[in-house]
Amino acid sequence: MGNIFKIAIRNLMRYKRRTVLTSLLIVIGVCMVVLFSGLAGSFKSMMIGIITDSSIGHLQIHKKGYVASIDTLPLNMNMKPKQYGKLTEVLDNNKGIEAYAPRIKFGAMLSNYAESTSVKLSAIDPTQEQRVCTALYTRLKGKHDSTKPILKPGEVIIPERIAKAMKIKPGTPVVLVGTNKDGSVNGMEFIVAGLIEDILGPGGKDGYMHINDARKLLRIKGSEVTEVVLRVKQGKPFKKVAMSLKSDLAGFINKKGKPAFEVHTWEKLSPFSNIAGMIDLMIITVKIIMIAIVLISILNVMLMSVFERVREIGTIAAMGTLPSKILALFVAEGFCLGLIGTAAGLILGVSGLALVKALEINFEFGRMKGLVLRPEINPSELAIIGIIVLFASALAAFQPAWKASKMEPVDALGHV
Amino acid sequence: MSLVQLEGISKSYTLGEVEIPALTDITLDIDMGNLVTFVGPSGSGKTTLLNIIGCMDKPSAGSVVVASTRIDTLNRKQAAQFRGDNLGFIFQSFNLIPVLSVFENVEYPLIMIKKESAAARKEMVMKLLDAVGMTDQAQKLPDQISGGQRQRVAVARALVTNPRLVLADEPTANLDKKTALDVLSLMREMRDQYGTTFIFSTHDPRIVEHADIIHGIEDGKLVPHSQFSEGVKSNG
Repeated sequence: MGNIFKIAIRNLMRYKRRTVLTSLLIVIGVCMVVLFSGLAGSFKSMMIGIITDSSIGHLQIHKKGYVASIDTLPLNMNMKPKQYGKLTEVLDNNKGIEAYAPRIKFGAMLSNYAESTSVKLSAIDPTQEQRVCTALYTRLKGKHDSTKPILKPGEVIIPERIAKAMKIKPGTPVVLVGTNKDGSVNGMEFIVAGLIEDILGPGGKDGYMHINDARKLLRIKGSEVTEVVLRVKQGKPFKKVAMSLKSDLAGFINKKGKPAFEVHTWEKLSPFSNIAGMIDLMIITVKIIMIAIVLISILNVMLMSVFERVREIGTIAAMGTLPSKILALFVAEGFCLGLIGTAAGLILGVSGLALVKALEINFEFGRMKGLVLRPEINPSELAIIGIIVLFASALAAFQPAWKASKMEPVDALGHV
Repeated sequence: MSLVQLEGISKSYTLGEVEIPALTDITLDIDMGNLVTFVGPSGSGKTTLLNIIGCMDKPSAGSVVVASTRIDTLNRKQAAQFRGDNLGFIFQSFNLIPVLSVFENVEYPLIMIKKESAAARKEMVMKLLDAVGMTDQAQKLPDQISGGQRQRVAVARALVTNPRLVLADEPTANLDKKTALDVLSLMREMRDQYGTTFIFSTHDPRIVEHADIIHGIEDGKLVPHSQFSEGVKSNG
């Protein structure tokens, strides 16, 4: 086999200009894919990191059916203290989970004693929450120490836009009026600890308060929670951990005989997953364009090569070379052409990404300013690109190689 | 002992609706260890006959036995295998592979057909290059040597797999008289040294008389060689 590759490389060197031009096309195609995959993939990963670390978490667990009715924030779909207790046992024993935090989510009326508006509230345990959403503090207006809890009992963090409209500033007393699941209304006074805004830009109506305050406001007894938000250990795929959790929780059945809990990855909970999906689609499109470039250029060059070497094919066939070896020889030529282009394209693409990383280009996205894109590409992604190009190269060379292997020596030797 | 046995060989080609006979009822035995030539004018059927003996073409009728194997019934793969094991070829235009050196051209059949070790291949190739007087040109490419030298390399390549029979179609057609005679005497030497049977076709009157056995061929039929040889000599 080594000799076949040796001969294949020498055959490519016979037509240096053609080989260089074809390789150049492949180099450009591979380089484009590496650059695009690196830039778009890194942007996507960065945004997912920001969104999950600042609000959604990597995974969330709810009582079955909650997400389908999430718009009404139903309190009657909270997990009971016993259920939550059992759930924490499972979470403590799962090796894929770094941290978890309980939340109670509900709607309330916010009043500054002059006017009132509706607000969505996430009641959290700040210490646990900040272990899961490590970048939550970045959403607060003004500077905040990441090591300190974002709020204490008796405090509330309200959305920046509402605060602006109602002229509320940090330190201002406000009243929150909540309706519990039985329909009775209760109001409590809180101090505004800070202002918060949605990561993708203004317009949100989501505030934060302490979980113990929420239980008092809603007259909830025990450790009833709406959802549990999870952080997956570094390097563990979210979907894999979600699958293992689903399997761990499969034994918990509700009264209807269905699973008591539902596990969702961030994609199910954030609209950014659609943008991420678009980015993936664009990467796939660029890859398809690259495959087309490789297929057409190698098919073209190999067809020309076979046509120009008919007598040579006749000679080696007359000597007794088996058709399978003639096929292998030409496939090897296409493969080597792809290999040269792939190697150079990968090196060039990775160098381009390193250059962009070194330049530290700033950009803005939604509320986030001064974001620095540090593009990287996973070695496995590089391997996949390489394998795709090499496979396409061999595939493109196959038809001309097949044609060569099927030539009758007597006809090929008589070819003028 | 017969190496080649042709029995009632006919071959015709169809051009549109017209059938053109290339060979008609040829019956012939060729013994081992001879230097045999088919002589005749262009279009007489020499190349077709060599192609049939060389297992590259099939007769329309008749049977062909070479080295005790009936070859006209072999499929493509079996035919290729048979050629690799038993036959060597020398071509009018040498047909050396331009990207390979002289050494590598001779080594090529050993790589593609035989499964010899690199050391064994080197020994066999150098022995043949020495025999054809091309040792000092071993690293040159075909376009760096003369036509006569190329045909010497082609002879070495044909012999490197140790075939029983070497077929040469007009091997001297592209060579001057002196070089053509050199190649003929080389083939004779190789025949003496390795016991290989050589069959070559020619219409070159200068080299016919150097063959052991001459078969005349005209209009696809064997004709008395003496009649043809006289013509050759008078032409020469």
